[in-house]
Amino acid sequence: MDKTQNNKAWFLVLPVLVLVAISAVLPLMTVVNYAFNDTFGNNEFFWAGLEWFEEMVTSDRLHEALGRQILFSAIILAIEVPLGILIALNMPKSGFWASLVLILISLPLLIPFNVVGTIWQIFGRVDIGLLGHTLAAIGIDYNYTNDAIDAWITVIVMDVWHWTSLVALLAYAGLQSIPQAYYQAAKIDQATRWSVFRYIELPKMKGVLLIAILLRFMDSFMIYTEPFVVTGGGPGNSTTFLSIDLAKMATGQFDLGPAAAFSLMYFCVILLISWVFYTVMTNLDREENR
Amino acid sequence: MSQITLSKLAHSYSATPKSEADYALKEMDHVWQDGGAYALLGSSGCGKTTLLNIISGLVRPSQGRVLFGDRDVTDAATTERNIAQVFQFPVVYDTMTVRDNLSFPLRNRGMDAAYIAKRVNQIAQMIGMEAILNRKARGLTADAKQKISLGRGMVREDVNAILFDEPLTVIDPHMKWELRTQLKQLHRQFGHTMIYVTHDQTEALTFADKVVVMYDGRVVQMGTPEDLFETPAHTFVGYFIGSPGMNLFDAEVTGTEARLQGATVSLGAAYGPIKGRTQIGIRPEYVVLGDEGLPIDVKRVEDVGRHRIVRASLNGQPLNAILPEGASLPSDPRVTFAPGRTNVYADDWRVQGRAV
Repeated sequence: MDKTQNNKAWFLVLPVLVLVAISAVLPLMTVVNYAFNDTFGNNEFFWAGLEWFEEMVTSDRLHEALGRQILFSAIILAIEVPLGILIALNMPKSGFWASLVLILISLPLLIPFNVVGTIWQIFGRVDIGLLGHTLAAIGIDYNYTNDAIDAWITVIVMDVWHWTSLVALLAYAGLQSIPQAYYQAAKIDQATRWSVFRYIELPKMKGVLLIAILLRFMDSFMIYTEPFVVTGGGPGNSTTFLSIDLAKMATGQFDLGPAAAFSLMYFCVILLISWVFYTVMTNLDREENR
Repeated sequence: MSQITLSKLAHSYSATPKSEADYALKEMDHVWQDGGAYALLGSSGCGKTTLLNIISGLVRPSQGRVLFGDRDVTDAATTERNIAQVFQFPVVYDTMTVRDNLSFPLRNRGMDAAYIAKRVNQIAQMIGMEAILNRKARGLTADAKQKISLGRGMVREDVNAILFDEPLTVIDPHMKWELRTQLKQLHRQFGHTMIYVTHDQTEALTFADKVVVMYDGRVVQMGTPEDLFETPAHTFVGYFIGSPGMNLFDAEVTGTEARLQGATVSLGAAYGPIKGRTQIGIRPEYVVLGDEGLPIDVKRVEDVGRHRIVRASLNGQPLNAILPEGASLPSDPRVTFAPGRTNVYADDWRVQGRAV
């Protein structure tokens, strides 16, 4: 193929590059600056090399936060993906009820993160919250402010409440794209309900489910606002996830060097995992089109 | 295997049908004989697919009953009816291999593995896919996928009937002919009741022993290809079967003669008084061109190979005639109608004449 090479086209993306430089690259560079230097204020910096990175990589505190973070993401994915699919399978396919259910399902997605946190913070309180008070009234010992397990349950239930809709909506879109003939053929072939799911619905939903898993993984891995509002990372450090730990370190203790090194590694981890997902998805697409 | 009876069957997609026009299928009584090879022929939207889906149980009729033998299956689910159906567009299970696709209906019925393996190989041989049995069905061409669908339709030996809903639409012409021949062969071998929906008359006439012609939600005629050609029961059958279709002229019929705007045509049978719009129909094959008879205006002549089609008009009404190979068009062309080949229609339905 003969294509005219015209590198002048690169100039057309220049405005975007400038904008991105100002909005993303420059702020990121200040983080890089903090990560490799030590400062005592007054804009004086002393070269620290990889010292902060070493400190962070070997920090027990970070390891624990990372462990909690991975556990949290794993649990919410294990709940939200199957639950979302289950909801999507049972949603009406068309008509008035389909529209109504779609709106109801979407509602949690429209609520700002800190409002979600506040809702559950109040909802779970033993003294005035509907949930907490009810549980106490029927004799269940529940208190998210001083019991780590209760705090975890609250944070997970809150995330499931907030985000299962996203998985459900994506799965629903995938289901809607399956032509009726597939279901008819399955009936003719005397397939069981499970076979219909396994061989028709699941393969057709695969693409959107991968996107759902990617989005839910990234969001849950970076979660900050909601658990911060509800538990503040406690009791103790039991719900201190990576972002919360990072914010404590940077703005609470003002350890800018370690926090910056931590940020960079955190960013790289998310970038790496997203790249893995992206590669898997594009490979699946290729396989599909082969 | 059993005879399929449709009794007082009608279907409307509207929940509250008001007039006859709301019915996709008008009330009908029809029997599909056990082991028959039927073609269901009609133009798009005439209710063919609806009828098929009612037989397989994918659609529940608004009224009437469906019987398999003596058993009333009107309310039985598709899975209970043990019926095979092949759809217009290929439906394959993408993540399964070709082999698993073909064996799927058998596995769902809990057949034993040795039988399944044998039967799948048989079917694979028939559709010419033995070589790719272990390949994933995803990524095959549309006609390969459709062959899998066909194979899946035929894999069960004990089905009550096999329904084909325009199954060869996506197959290329050469393969079409081959698959149709194989279906026919399969029919002879196993004697399944087969109903084959199509809007292609060649396909219908070559596949079926009995052709059922549908028009506007009704079965207008069922008969052998010859019946449909010689004595179409409805003007639609005359128009739809044959290439070109039957010529129809408005006429007045009295006794054994029809008057066609001044000219008189002998009908070869006697008719009583006829109510409604009266037409006479004659196949282009039976229109004889010569120096005698009714004068026509020739518009054009089409050479289709074995013969030529003369497009003309007779007193302002269009007329087609077949000019046999070697025959020449007279300079002042006139037509006569072959005796005994003319049919009479009242409001589109054929009127039976008395022999004279």
